[in-house]
Amino acid sequence: MRAFTYERASSVEAAAKAAASNPEAKFIAGGTNLLDLMKLEIETPTHLIDVNDIGLDKIEPTQDGGLRIGALVRNTDLAAHETVRRDYGLLSRALLAGASGQLRNKASTAGNLLQRTRCPYFYDTNQPCNKRQPGSGCSAIGGFSRQHAVIGTSEACIATNPSDMAIAMRALDAVVETVKGDGSRRAIPIADFHRLPGDTPHIETVLEPGEMITAVVLPPPIGGRQIYRKVRDRASYAFALVSVGAVIQSNGTGRIAVGGVAHKPWRVEAAEAELPNGARAAAHVLLADARPTEENRFKVELVERTLAAVVSEARG
Amino acid sequence: MTIMETRKHGDAADGMVGGRFSRLDGKLKTTGGATYALEQPVKNLVHAVLVQSTIAAGRVVAVDAGKAKAAPGVLSVFTPEDDLGLLVASDWFGNRPDNQPFHPLPREVSFNGQAIAAVVAETLEQATEAAKLVKVSYEETQPVTGLDDPNAGEGRLVDMLSVGWGDAEAAYAAADIRIEAEYRTPREYHVPIEPHGLTVKWEGDFLTVWEPSQWTHGMARTYAEWFNIPADNVRIVSPFIGGGFGSKAMGYTYSAVAAAAARKLGRPVKLAVTRPQTFTAYGGRAATRQTIRIGATKDGVLQAIVHRGASETSVLADFPEQTGAATPLLYAVPNLSTQHRLVPVNTVTPGALRAPGKNPSAFGLESAIEELSYAIGMDPLELRLRNYADHDYQSGKPWSTRQLREALTVGAEVFGWSKRSHEPRSMRDGRQLVGWGIGCGTFPVLKAASEALIRILGDGSVEVVSGAIDMGQGTYTILAQTAAEVLGVPAEQVDVKLGDSSLPGATVAGGSMLAGAITGAVHKAATAARDELIGLALNDSNSPFRDTGANTLVIADGRISVPRGEGPSLTLAELMSAIGRDRIETQRNTLPEGANGPEDHKRSWTTMANIEGPTAGDLSMHSWCAHFVEVKVDEDFGTVRVSRVVSAFDCGRIYNPKLAESQWRGGIIMGIGQALLEEGLIDERFGRVINNNMGDYLVPTNADIPHIQVISVGIPDHDASVLGGKGVGEVGIVGVAPAIANAVFHATGKRVRDLPITLEKLI
Ligand SMILES: Cc1cc2nc3c(=O)[nH]c(=O)nc-3n(C[C@H](O)[C@H](O)[C@H](O)COP(=O)(O)OP(=O)(O)OC[C@H]3O[C@@H](n4cnc5c(N)ncnc54)[C@H](O)[C@@H]3O)c2cc1C
Ligand code: SF4
Repeated sequence: MRAFTYERASSVEAAAKAAASNPEAKFIAGGTNLLDLMKLEIETPTHLIDVNDIGLDKIEPTQDGGLRIGALVRNTDLAAHETVRRDYGLLSRALLAGASGQLRNKASTAGNLLQRTRCPYFYDTNQPCNKRQPGSGCSAIGGFSRQHAVIGTSEACIATNPSDMAIAMRALDAVVETVKGDGSRRAIPIADFHRLPGDTPHIETVLEPGEMITAVVLPPPIGGRQIYRKVRDRASYAFALVSVGAVIQSNGTGRIAVGGVAHKPWRVEAAEAELPNGARAAAHVLLADARPTEENRFKVELVERTLAAVVSEARG
Repeated sequence: MTIMETRKHGDAADGMVGGRFSRLDGKLKTTGGATYALEQPVKNLVHAVLVQSTIAAGRVVAVDAGKAKAAPGVLSVFTPEDDLGLLVASDWFGNRPDNQPFHPLPREVSFNGQAIAAVVAETLEQATEAAKLVKVSYEETQPVTGLDDPNAGEGRLVDMLSVGWGDAEAAYAAADIRIEAEYRTPREYHVPIEPHGLTVKWEGDFLTVWEPSQWTHGMARTYAEWFNIPADNVRIVSPFIGGGFGSKAMGYTYSAVAAAAARKLGRPVKLAVTRPQTFTAYGGRAATRQTIRIGATKDGVLQAIVHRGASETSVLADFPEQTGAATPLLYAVPNLSTQHRLVPVNTVTPGALRAPGKNPSAFGLESAIEELSYAIGMDPLELRLRNYADHDYQSGKPWSTRQLREALTVGAEVFGWSKRSHEPRSMRDGRQLVGWGIGCGTFPVLKAASEALIRILGDGSVEVVSGAIDMGQGTYTILAQTAAEVLGVPAEQVDVKLGDSSLPGATVAGGSMLAGAITGAVHKAATAARDELIGLALNDSNSPFRDTGANTLVIADGRISVPRGEGPSLTLAELMSAIGRDRIETQRNTLPEGANGPEDHKRSWTTMANIEGPTAGDLSMHSWCAHFVEVKVDEDFGTVRVSRVVSAFDCGRIYNPKLAESQWRGGIIMGIGQALLEEGLIDERFGRVINNNMGDYLVPTNADIPHIQVISVGIPDHDASVLGGKGVGEVGIVGVAPAIANAVFHATGKRVRDLPITLEKLI
């Protein structure tokens, strides 16, 4: 691990300012992803700004009947929150399907959204990886790609976003609220938040350098059957091979976001329009442009099956 | 290390052999009181960090250590340029080339992840940082990265492993029913919870090594030979081991590097192998493939087994993962032929991982047997019983004990096997397909001599002293029980000291043989101590028993008295005080008569040369088991979860059921991992292990493990060991993977012949 300096920010403004004044700085929340990456020197910030004590740990109703989730709300607390469990069951289920109890106690809402890929070549600093070292090449292409993306990939990178929570956020149309170093604020719809890899797989979100997440806002509840299905090798404590987050209404319409298949939570509105025609139809539109590798071709089939299971569970 | 406090649950047999005594080391471990090798507080310590190769084959052309040497805190960088002054040590059997130099940091690279340099610095952080600054340039050659590499070839036949009788090819060709299939197992790793590493300290020509060790005496010999110093100058200290599974029975190249660095620098060195480095710092289980052909009559009587197997090894040394190890043993078959080939590839030399050979061998055979059962439409339990081997066909010798029929019938009964419907896909639980399968296992009884010291102290307490080790399997506990039984004292009164090569000699904790060997030695030494104490009690002029006229005495519950009679009754402490002794000490070994010179000792505890195989005598001796497994397979996703396991074992007499059951369960859990999760992913382009960490190399979590019911059907086997036990440590994993594969077939109608059974193979 590289040496770094550390400060505990006292307010949102102070944290944003500190970040603006040092391009080598990073925020640290739960540290469950960042510290691992620092130990491997995949992330090498020279300064850490601890944002744990700046009052961003609250969950509050919004004026229009939605919910504002502070950036530092822990995954455990968010999953257990009464309103979340009642009105946004999908979010609660997705969170509880992720990591382990110990990790969820530390992991924050913002940190979870920003967690980095689990591509094994990204972690092996002896191998080329465009995400870790832009321009060095992608080892996963032509290597082991069982876990990798099947859609929205590029010649530069085929990694997935591993977050379970983000799938729920995407299906629920969350909005990410941020503050920049100059104090300006913006609200970014989750659909626009994560990027596809393109030529710049190292840039994963639309956040600007130093921009801090303050909250994630959920629109008013939309009801429906809210289901999260995570398919993985091991019964617990494993990332998804494929996951489906769905909100299915009694008339058969609904929303679906899929995890484990792309560099971002994968949701296609046109596929949702097919839902009343069944899972197969929806899956075909959802993954119409899929370009799987030999090793992860099974994911295309698995998405369809998972979707079918979710749709039938919603009906049943 | 000594353990005074005992904790127990259980029955009236507590404390004596056969009692359900809780592990004596358990509390120390759970409360942090147990000190492991890398936690040794040693003054003036410096830290070594390995640099591993990033190519799979070729040569180190140059190592630029300039930046690393200039980095803060760095004391030295060792590279292939440095002659560390070491000699090649003997192999496990004591064979050693004369005066051949040993270069643990070689110039020739023969696998990706091979140690080629080491940085020593004042702190771990400094050494880690500097290790990254070491720049290595290579001349690369084309590697062979695995069994499937087009350049790997068919490998070399290992004649020693060819077994045959009858005319298997002809009998197969003539059989009514023939099945043939290829089975494969991938590279698998030990991943013990305690990673590897060591702390070393020199005092003059004396070397102390704190290193997790399954064999303190064998490893002491290795260090002594590397450094060309007398064996007695080396002390391996290993009171606690956080799991070994076969990976901690020898010194590895990094061990030599750490010890050589400590000598060169004149300071104690600690070297911690990082978790990713452990995947290539020593070998796991080699990948295997095997083709099995079985010929049988229509009513399921085996006619022939033709088995052709291969395992990978390194280009440096041979380690056969014998795919034919179990094949000749499980069934009655009039014609059999097995052969095994070794295919050298660019990997670290593979090693012993829980039930080497027997494990992949049983995967092949026990899968094939169930394939046969479906081919002829016979219940697989019935098929197994129909072909029950009443003696060992390979050696022609009778079994010492073989309760495999009992294991099959009792296991089936408890599992409820009779409720099975034979057709694949015929059992369901909602959206889940349910499948049942069986897998049998075997593991040979290996015998070795060992030595133990017993002390009866003035306060009546007893010490058991041996260089044997306890890696969690329960040596401390069963030795306390053994001594307690012989000496008639409560087990609480017995203190056991283990894990130090300066203590009396013991064989390796491997091949499931340590318990049998060391309880034999402790039993003998304790019997001698008891006899000596009784002798003193009867004869010492100050003993209150002197005038009782008794010609022997009994010791029970810590008191010594005249058998069935009136007369004095003393605690051991009172007796010791009366006769004015502060200790009685007896050391005994189980070497054959007449073999007691220093060379005999050396050969017996520090090599495997004198270990007796299962058919060394007139009998054939093995442990046996039968696993009954239920799986549920999600039809939608292809995910397999094991939902029930019932396993019945014949391991002879069980010294401590609680510990034996825990060994069995542990083996079964590892078998579940092997069947469903574990696979070293080797990138063919670089020969590199891609999933070299515990996030990516999946082992089972609690959620993957159902209720596991284990049953002992064994009977004491006094040919196998003094106390009547056979090995318990390894047999548990043997047969689990095929039982699961068989259950998956029963559930889904899909036969998976290459492990692990991941979901894409089922959808
Ligand atoms: C063994 C293991 C298993 C796991 N399994 C799963 C799983 O199954 N499913 C799953 O979804 N996740 C899983 N995770 C990932 C886990 O969910 C994330 O590590 C966690 O959510 C990250 O949150 P954190 O608060 O610890 O983030 P940190 O590690 O503190 O930060 C992560 C990133 O976010 C940035 N950041 C943090 N806060 C802010 C902010 N307010 N504004 C801007 N940037 C910020 C940091 O600079 C850093 O780049 C697993 C992790 C581990 C270690
Ligand atoms: S898939 Fe992306 S993260 Fe993985 S090696 Fe390629 S560039 Fe790196």
